[in-house]
Amino acid sequence: MSGLSIDKISMRFDLPDGGHVQALKDVTLDLKAGELLSVLGPSGCGKTTLLNIVAGFLAPTEGQIVLNDHKVTGPDAERGMVFQQGALFEWMSVRDNVGFGPSMKGTPAKEKTEIVDHLLDVVGLQDFKEKAVYELSGGMQQRVSLARCLANDPDVILMDEPLGALDALTREKMQSLVLKLWKETGKTIILITHSVEEALLLGERLLVMAPRPGRIHKEYRLPFADLGVGQDLREVKKHPDFAIKREEILGMIWDMEEEIMGRSEDAA
Amino acid sequence: MIPFLAYLIIFIAAFYIVRFITQKTKIQDYTSLKTVTFGDESAVRSNRAASFISIITIFVIWGAFTGSKILPGFMHAPGPFIGDTSFTYTAEANGQQDDATVYFRVHRAGEQPDLIEATPGDGFAKDDSELVVAWRSKLLRVDKNDDISKTDGAKVVAINGQTIAPGGSVDVNGGKVTLSDKGTPNFVPSPGWQMEPIWLPSPEGVFLRTIEIASTGFQGFTLWEHLGFSLYRVILGFVCGALVGIPLGYAMGLSDWFRGWFDPIVEFMRPVPPLALIPLVIIWAGIGETGKIILLFLAALWIMAIAARSGVSGVKISKVHAAYSLGASKAQIMRHVIVPNSLPEIFTGARVAMGVCWGTVVAAELVAAEKGAGKMIVAASKFQNTDIVIMGIILIGIIGFGIDVLMRYAEKVLVPWKGKG
Repeated sequence: MSGLSIDKISMRFDLPDGGHVQALKDVTLDLKAGELLSVLGPSGCGKTTLLNIVAGFLAPTEGQIVLNDHKVTGPDAERGMVFQQGALFEWMSVRDNVGFGPSMKGTPAKEKTEIVDHLLDVVGLQDFKEKAVYELSGGMQQRVSLARCLANDPDVILMDEPLGALDALTREKMQSLVLKLWKETGKTIILITHSVEEALLLGERLLVMAPRPGRIHKEYRLPFADLGVGQDLREVKKHPDFAIKREEILGMIWDMEEEIMGRSEDAA
Repeated sequence: MIPFLAYLIIFIAAFYIVRFITQKTKIQDYTSLKTVTFGDESAVRSNRAASFISIITIFVIWGAFTGSKILPGFMHAPGPFIGDTSFTYTAEANGQQDDATVYFRVHRAGEQPDLIEATPGDGFAKDDSELVVAWRSKLLRVDKNDDISKTDGAKVVAINGQTIAPGGSVDVNGGKVTLSDKGTPNFVPSPGWQMEPIWLPSPEGVFLRTIEIASTGFQGFTLWEHLGFSLYRVILGFVCGALVGIPLGYAMGLSDWFRGWFDPIVEFMRPVPPLALIPLVIIWAGIGETGKIILLFLAALWIMAIAARSGVSGVKISKVHAAYSLGASKAQIMRHVIVPNSLPEIFTGARVAMGVCWGTVVAAELVAAEKGAGKMIVAASKFQNTDIVIMGIILIGIIGFGIDVLMRYAEKVLVPWKGKG
């Protein structure tokens, strides 16, 4: 089967004081190749833990991840990751950052240059390829991150709040770019975000997770990502369903947050 | 006290003068438009004019209080009394008194002037003529040519007509006369406000001595040999320390076994000042080159190990994760992520280590050495060659500063990403 299968993942962290935290419990999910899944949830619901397990940085206490019929046992170039910030190598130029994956694989120089040039064109940074990454703005840096990830041609792209640190305008442009790249490359993408709007706009499927223990609360299938391809995202936001869904999910997360707050207040 | 007052006055006066001048030609830039500058660190930049005047002031005060030739005479602080003077003393013996004059010629050290011609005069007290070196004093056996000497009961009862008792003093033209406990007058020519060259030589004196030492040498080695040997020891000691310390730090940052094994040693040795190791190193390795290199190796080793360790452990986990998910192997992550990421820390450590090594080598040479900057100044101090001591201190300072500037420049060129991650 081609695709990503998350099979009954549970994750338990032992605490130094002898207790433990159930970060994830029985999370099961199947993603077909080329699907874009956005994951929402209140803080502490295990979104990032789930992403780290899929990336192979963490081994789950129970369950397994299967990608294209083989079990995930560690990090690999088939699963690329885009981090929020600060994961670029500041000792390399933009070009060397984007070419990092191919270099590690030992791709011939000519081929590597082609890949890098093509991707810098795609993300619109051709004029900046000799610059140091710390000379770029936050939005440009995230475009480098995207290009660096794509240069490896991974099967799955994992995004951990990649646009979280950007200002509203840059963020909107980057959302369009993510949609464009998704359509053009046909990659499977898991996107973690804190923004309900972003999750609705980008997620073909949307997963709302609940905390303590981290689990899947509700799943949606959404039309907005397809509508948004090649269109102004502000138009998509005017869609009547968009506002309804946004209110529904906001209310859901709001209730969860309130429950957490209430519980901790009771405890105190 | 007076030099400090002069310094304070120059400091304040320069401030108002520079402000008065610059206000007329004020630059309209971003900082100048800020209304709130107090507490705003970005608004406080080093004032170039202040730095320039500060350096000039040091030389002016130095020159003024040493009577330097680089300053015009009117800027000199009052110098010591030089020239001829005289005073009269009144001797009393057997109930009768007689006056006599003492002529003085005060001259600079090293000069050999003649005595002032003086006739003995009348009475039992005879006139005297004496030489005295500026800044020195002269005990006068005034009775030595008198008809009635001290052993016969004569004693000095007045100077220039003023009654004086043993222990008392009288100001005279060009100095002061003090009567010793045994009744002998002691002439102290007025020292003025200037420093004597054996305590503080003038700037040009130091400069001329530098040129002299540079060509003829001091204690068997030229100036460049002294300084060169110190530098050579620092560089060799530092390189050895870095060659062992950096791999050790990497191992400590990457392996829990290495970390556990070496942590107690490193954490114990780090706060031990390298100077405290000098006696042990001398016992074990003697005062030759080996001992110095071992000492500097030890001075640099812990600093470099700790810098490399924190460079490795300071790598952001997201960078390592990113490299893994881009398909890098462990060796590739080491080569392309961990090493470059740790370089800024290592450079900072190297800067600190070079500074510590430079201080340590000078101190070690002060204790025992055949040659080197520290050896040169400690040997000069024993002969009261203050000019060589001051020259040595200035050169040591310049070299220490030069090392720091070079390291900072190397840092800027080699690790431009420092602090940008």
